[in-house]
Amino acid sequence: ICFENSMQNIVHNSDVSSESGDSTECVAEEASLILDEMAHRLQLSTVRFFVFTLSKAFKRLFRSVCVNEEGIQRLQQAVQEHPVVLLPSHRSYMDFLMMSYLLYMYDLPLPVIAAGMDFMSMKFVGEMLRMSGAFFIRRSFGGDKLYWAVFSEYVKTMLRNGYAPIEFFLEGTRSRTCKSLTPKTGLLNIVMEPFFKGELFDVNLVPVSISYERILEESLYARELLGIPKPKESTSGLLKARRVLSEDYGSMYVYFGHPVSVRSLTEGKITRSQYNLLPRCIPQKPSADTHEFLNDAAFRLVRIQEENMVLKPWVLIATLLLQNPDGMDLSSLAEQTDWLRHLALAFGAYLDWPDHEACSEVISCSLALHRHLLSVSAGHVQLSVTDAPQVESTPEEAVFHQAVVVLSCASYRNQILHVFLRPALLAVAMQSANSNRKDDVYNCFNFLRNMFSNEFILCPGDSVQDFEEACYLLMKRGVLQVLEHEIVMSASGHSTLAFLSSVLDPFLQGYQVVSRYLCEETNENLTEKEFIPAVRNFALKLILAGRLKCYEALSSDLQKNALAAFLRLKAVRKVKVGDQVTLKVNKIAVNSLEDTLGKSDVTSHQNSWCSSMAMFEIAI
Amino acid sequence: LMASSSSSSSAQQRLRIIAGHLQKRPEDENASVAAQECKAEAPRSEPSSATPVPRRRQEIMKWNGWGYSDSRFLFNKKGQAEFTGKRYRLSGLILPSLKDWFEGTFGANLQHRSPATPSLNLSAVAPPNLNQPFVEDLKAAGLTVSHDPEDRVFRAHGHCLHEVFALREGRIGRVPDTVVWPSCHSDVEKIVELACEHNVCLIPYGGGTSVSSALECPREESRSIVSLDTSQMSRILWIDEKNLTAHVEAGIIGQDLERQLNERGFCTGHEPDSMEFSSLGGWVATRASGMKKNIYGNIEDLVVHIKMVTPRGVIEKSCLGPRMSTGPDIHHFILGSEGTLGVVTEVTLKIRPIPEYQKYGSVVFPNFQQGVACLREVARQRCAPASIRLMDNEQFQFGEFCFFLILLSFFCFDPQHLCVATLLFEGDRGKVLQHEKQVYDIAAKFGGLAAGEDNGQRGYMLTFVIAYLRDLGMDYYVIGESFETSVPWDRVLDLCRNVKERIVRECKERGVQFPPLSTSRVTQTYDAGACVYFYFAFNYRGLSDPVHVYEQVEHAAREEILANGGSLSHHHGVGKLRKEWMKESVSGVGLGMLKSVKEYVDPQNIFGNRNLL
Repeated sequence: ICFENSMQNIVHNSDVSSESGDSTECVAEEASLILDEMAHRLQLSTVRFFVFTLSKAFKRLFRSVCVNEEGIQRLQQAVQEHPVVLLPSHRSYMDFLMMSYLLYMYDLPLPVIAAGMDFMSMKFVGEMLRMSGAFFIRRSFGGDKLYWAVFSEYVKTMLRNGYAPIEFFLEGTRSRTCKSLTPKTGLLNIVMEPFFKGELFDVNLVPVSISYERILEESLYARELLGIPKPKESTSGLLKARRVLSEDYGSMYVYFGHPVSVRSLTEGKITRSQYNLLPRCIPQKPSADTHEFLNDAAFRLVRIQEENMVLKPWVLIATLLLQNPDGMDLSSLAEQTDWLRHLALAFGAYLDWPDHEACSEVISCSLALHRHLLSVSAGHVQLSVTDAPQVESTPEEAVFHQAVVVLSCASYRNQILHVFLRPALLAVAMQSANSNRKDDVYNCFNFLRNMFSNEFILCPGDSVQDFEEACYLLMKRGVLQVLEHEIVMSASGHSTLAFLSSVLDPFLQGYQVVSRYLCEETNENLTEKEFIPAVRNFALKLILAGRLKCYEALSSDLQKNALAAFLRLKAVRKVKVGDQVTLKVNKIAVNSLEDTLGKSDVTSHQNSWCSSMAMFEIAI
Repeated sequence: LMASSSSSSSAQQRLRIIAGHLQKRPEDENASVAAQECKAEAPRSEPSSATPVPRRRQEIMKWNGWGYSDSRFLFNKKGQAEFTGKRYRLSGLILPSLKDWFEGTFGANLQHRSPATPSLNLSAVAPPNLNQPFVEDLKAAGLTVSHDPEDRVFRAHGHCLHEVFALREGRIGRVPDTVVWPSCHSDVEKIVELACEHNVCLIPYGGGTSVSSALECPREESRSIVSLDTSQMSRILWIDEKNLTAHVEAGIIGQDLERQLNERGFCTGHEPDSMEFSSLGGWVATRASGMKKNIYGNIEDLVVHIKMVTPRGVIEKSCLGPRMSTGPDIHHFILGSEGTLGVVTEVTLKIRPIPEYQKYGSVVFPNFQQGVACLREVARQRCAPASIRLMDNEQFQFGEFCFFLILLSFFCFDPQHLCVATLLFEGDRGKVLQHEKQVYDIAAKFGGLAAGEDNGQRGYMLTFVIAYLRDLGMDYYVIGESFETSVPWDRVLDLCRNVKERIVRECKERGVQFPPLSTSRVTQTYDAGACVYFYFAFNYRGLSDPVHVYEQVEHAAREEILANGGSLSHHHGVGKLRKEWMKESVSGVGLGMLKSVKEYVDPQNIFGNRNLL
């Protein structure tokens, strides 16, 4: 009933009706259609049926599901204090099924989930999900003001009434690479607005980190990244996934983080009185300040998700295997894994390493679980295609088969990237800087950080803090000595620095491939749509010619992120021609960026950092 | 017949005027209907005389607490609360359940006392910093002047918690160096002229009921500070029955003004909660608001003409026209100027015949939301009674324990949620009854049940004794204060909830050992919003600097009010206490406009109390 009132307000107040010239009746009707499409219909009988099925399925899929129970207790407390928003990481469809399942099992109120519309086309399951609390939003509704108004009012009404916790994914979509995605702020704004406008005393945000020892969608994701189109979600697709049920996916981890109070988060950052001058039912675009705050908050929440992500030993092994494409002896793998384990722990990784078990034992367990990505013979492990015994028809196909394995493996390494990221950026910066002077190194660090800020979660504006954190970690490890004006590598630091810089190597190489492509591409009217296939083709040719060994350059995720970085750095510009968006490349600028990256890349020859920086500045 | 009745009524009127001039109580039964029942009785033997407040206020009023010296709450030897004196209806009564409420709410204990310093330590008062030539000129002009420490201390404070707390502990800060009592407009002109000539700082003093640190002497003031006490300017100069206006000296206090007008068959209807002590000039200088503003209007609606003495000369309008289009209304530079521009000396006010009939009422609602919804509907239909106030559940509980008003037994209401609205109707008997029915019908739509006249009247009585109760709390480690705001209707509930919760949270964070009393009430309704009051008190045992904690919490509460769309003040004013938010409240340009007026009117900063700007 409450909601009907607000709907009235939307219909009358939003400028939709006046813009489209439709009568208010028309708009009201349209709004109620949207609402039907969107609304959840929570039915306990459906939930019970779901829980029954899910518990069967989960038991088959996973060896164990681990939950931090003190986190559940905190959540129970938080739910009683203020409305709660659950913010899980998103790696798999399993995520929200598992969330609802766990909350049900722990006798917590079931969340209402904002889920993408692609689920809805799954006929039967869509209805089921809706009845178990999900509501649906269209993937994109950028221009549809009415849709946005109805949607945000719907969420806010549920929040204000304290009806149920709201759940949504900050990252917006499932991460295909297992790296956290740059967070979206739209929904965050919606759930914070009732606080900004004084309608709620506070809102508790609970970041939830969900990690999988083995991801169900592993090879699906890899194929998708390589351009093999994603099948539209359909019920029959899900049935086919029954095959999945017979496999072993190891353990699953759900970590409920500390509730973050929106009130304390906004303290000193948001002037709530800016909402005083408009009736609160009128949707208000977030001001520049608010927008900056939302962005910052979203990054911090994703960082919390990252930090609480439980990592398995396999993640370390995958990192090492990727750095050694020709394979490793089991003994040296064991030795290096043990070394890496200590490094990761020193950097604060949340590692679930089984106690009282020999390192070799732990490794062989991990290898067994992931055997489909590996070939093991005579004490030698190598990443390779195991289930493609057919005669490879073309060299291209062979490359793609191998790339699927590499990208699958990379998705595990990516889970630990956030631990190594800052020291690794520093390690690369040390190599590319002209001198040991602290400000030189910092400049390089900052350049790299800037370049990769679409690739990794790097909170905007935190560059000095990140630099200091990296220095501190490496100093603590005895790798560096940080003096007043200089940063010096310790005698024993070489191996750590070498390892850290090769963590970033695939990204450096990938970005270089993209920039080389942009420089060499002669098509003046390159459209945005053509970009990904064209770069992929370009990288494929380089690999076939033996000039590129980095299969990760084929990943569309990396290519998109690189393009976004070039656009952000204004080396590439989007121009709208008719209904096509074409990319205009500033070749001088791209070239200079490539040179600078190349300098950071240990494998390529060295150019002068300063000159390329200067060129870059002229170019933009 | 018509002619004879009209001539007889005009004859009556003339008789009344004559009777009024003879200063005798007319034999008019209506005169007793005035809303005086809840307030203190005048201490004077001749009730209709125009004796002003004595110069030595300390003879009848407390020097370190609220109100009359003879009226106070105390716990007697049996541990029962009683209210002393004879002035109030509550005087001499035993209030058996106050103790339970007091101990239960605050975790206070009658064994743990925090008594005040019994008398003023004269040696704690710094010797006056006198401007001798100025003082001599004042005396030469025949003005009454005092340098007596008691007189000076009495005029150095209002009734903010920190001011009263310091007095109770015997701490005396900067006090005025001289007190001067003008007795008419021209005295004030003389004083201001001399002040300019000798460059001394003037601080006008009316009733001394400020709750915004407005009377505090600025610490950085190095000139001699002179408190200009207007209390001796308390005459009603004339009454114009044709236009229903009265011309009054600005030092008159509310109860005297009302009583004297009542004797002539009139009233102003302006009844702020402080009306026993606050002055007409003070109302003008702070933009005061009265309980019955729904019928009579707030002070800005009541004034027809204001005369103010400024360093530049006298400001006033040239006629008594009811409205003018002559540029921005100059009255609005004066209203709310908080003594920074000059001294208000004379005011022409609208008056009304005393209403024929007055009736209290009360309504119980199942919860605060319903109550607010009802008040909003009453405002929408523009049928608000003279006064309508809504207390929240915590205040209801307070009222219940304090006054034993067990309101029937409402089986259908949860005693932890129900709340009470108190009502006051005024007017023709027939219309009042009709009006009453209309309001009760609206209330019924929101689940409200009528709860009788007595409860309504007691609710209003509470208003006048609540300040005395603070002094009782301070005897037992409990400190508290009230503050107010105004807010659009749609935000009333959210603001009340958020501010109350913020107070509780801030107290906890600052180490207050016991949960505070944090309550709100809606005290005025407008077309577009409401005035909301907060009462806040806590037990400060275990805190080393309770006043600082108190101030921090109040500061946070004010921030919360502003963040929730509430105003900086509805009628208490800004003073020095809320100055920091002025720019945010009225914009930089707005503040600049006010500053430029000050700059023109008082370039020497003679009126140097440093309020507002």
